[in-house]
Amino acid sequence: MKRKLNLLYLILVYVFLYAPIVVLIVFSFNASKSRTAWGGFTLDWYVKLFHNSEILDALKTTLIIACSSALISTAFAVLSCIGIYALPGRQRRLVMSITNIPNITPDLVTGIALMLLFFFINMPFGFVTLLLAHTAFNVPYAILSIMPKLRQMDIHLYEAAQDLGCTPGQAIRKVIIPEIKPGILTALILTFTLSIDDFVISYFTAGNEVTTLALTIYSMARKSVNPQINALSTLLFVSVLILLVIVNLRTSRQFSRRRKTATPGALV
Amino acid sequence: MNKSLRRLSFPYLLWILIFTVVPLLLVAFFALTAYDSNGSLYFTLDGFKNVFGGDTVAFSFLGLSVQLPLYINVFIRSLLIAMVCTLLCLLLGYPAAWIMAKMEIEHRRGSNILLFLLVMPMWMNALLRTYAWLALLEPKGIVNNFLGLFGLGPVQFLYNDFGIGLGMVYNYLPFMVLPIYSVLVKISPSLLEAAADLGADPRRVMLKVVLPMSRPGILSGINMVLMPAMTTFLIPDLLGGGRYLLIGNAIERQYMVSRDYTTGSALSIVLLIFVLLSMQIVARNTDPDADEGGLVA
Repeated sequence: MKRKLNLLYLILVYVFLYAPIVVLIVFSFNASKSRTAWGGFTLDWYVKLFHNSEILDALKTTLIIACSSALISTAFAVLSCIGIYALPGRQRRLVMSITNIPNITPDLVTGIALMLLFFFINMPFGFVTLLLAHTAFNVPYAILSIMPKLRQMDIHLYEAAQDLGCTPGQAIRKVIIPEIKPGILTALILTFTLSIDDFVISYFTAGNEVTTLALTIYSMARKSVNPQINALSTLLFVSVLILLVIVNLRTSRQFSRRRKTATPGALV
Repeated sequence: MNKSLRRLSFPYLLWILIFTVVPLLLVAFFALTAYDSNGSLYFTLDGFKNVFGGDTVAFSFLGLSVQLPLYINVFIRSLLIAMVCTLLCLLLGYPAAWIMAKMEIEHRRGSNILLFLLVMPMWMNALLRTYAWLALLEPKGIVNNFLGLFGLGPVQFLYNDFGIGLGMVYNYLPFMVLPIYSVLVKISPSLLEAAADLGADPRRVMLKVVLPMSRPGILSGINMVLMPAMTTFLIPDLLGGGRYLLIGNAIERQYMVSRDYTTGSALSIVLLIFVLLSMQIVARNTDPDADEGGLVA
């Protein structure tokens, strides 16, 4: 009885979390443009979506910004982490606490602060400011994902590699990078997600020339959202779902191969 | 470790100077300056005067009514709404985290997929998910249509405290459940058995063992919910119908609508100081080694 109550409670929580998503997906197949009344099944919105250059452009910008800021910030973070790790204790702690600042400042303030920076140095708002802003807020998260892995590894391995004839560059590539690879992967996924999902910082740093998907949705949401956006979100949601399921199946298979129980923390 | 590797940190030092330290100093700088008619900057305290002075508005809470400056009023209201939403997230999220953790502890399975389902919605644009609540909660929306079948309603869900609170709880609930779950799942079952063997009934086990042990999770959950809830401007914008002013939209409007960078920056500085102080309080209550690098679940 008690277990059934527990299960019922969980189901209610999940209904609450998924209700709007189900509504979005269902109404992407709605023949009428209303967001509440069902007017029959259609795939029109999906067809129109692929001819809507405004939405497709926004999607393209979003993906380009997300991929490049994820790659740049992660690559930069890998080198920075190694450098920070080599700093003497007190300086390292100082750098790490400054790294933590964007993490504890509200997004709103970060967005405004970056906007004021670009405004102050007279940089025209557009793709470049957007990319810089995304990279700026991603770098600390990438560092915070990679640093723990670097701390876990035995750093004498790096020296041993050099004793055995590696150049410092080789030692980093062949010893340190493989050791911190899980951290690098986490950083890539995390920064990519943060960038795709970001609205607040893009809102303040994009200007009028470029728009991301989130900005397009925001400007639509104040009037009425085009069901094509529902269709696009459904497609994105389903592709992420498939991707995550594949990743999770693979990791859990790996885990069982090592006869370990899968740790749920593996899911970013 | 090799000293030559230190050079690798130099670009980063420059980077945080440009993108972390300078921007924040610029906010403080703009809070204390304004442009005169010739377009040159001059020092002014007007921004802070606007924040702490200006027109007063009646603030009523629990039957009490005080006259407060407009922005202080908005500030306190945002804090109260954020606190109520954090409390609701905790009350709703804790049992969910506990049930999931118990499944993991007792059966070693099942909770993986639940956790997956908890994170999954975050992959859909938050704006859009919040927007979808409009379709559900409208006077002629899905929920009211459903209530109508029983002869109830229509209930006004939107454009009031309820709508905003619901939007916040909906958006931030996973951020409360995840840290609590990750602490609860580490509690050894033998501790619970020992407590039961020593005569504690399930309620006492919960109050005296589980709850105190999950304190770091609760605190980090509060941290992850309270600040975003207090500073959001999307949720009041969408679910408040643009009529609802919280500190987030107050600041956003200063920059994007009134173009008053001085007052906007002064508000941001006050908000930032407030947030940092409250984080400090939470941090002091957290066990320092409890969650090292607990950024990613």
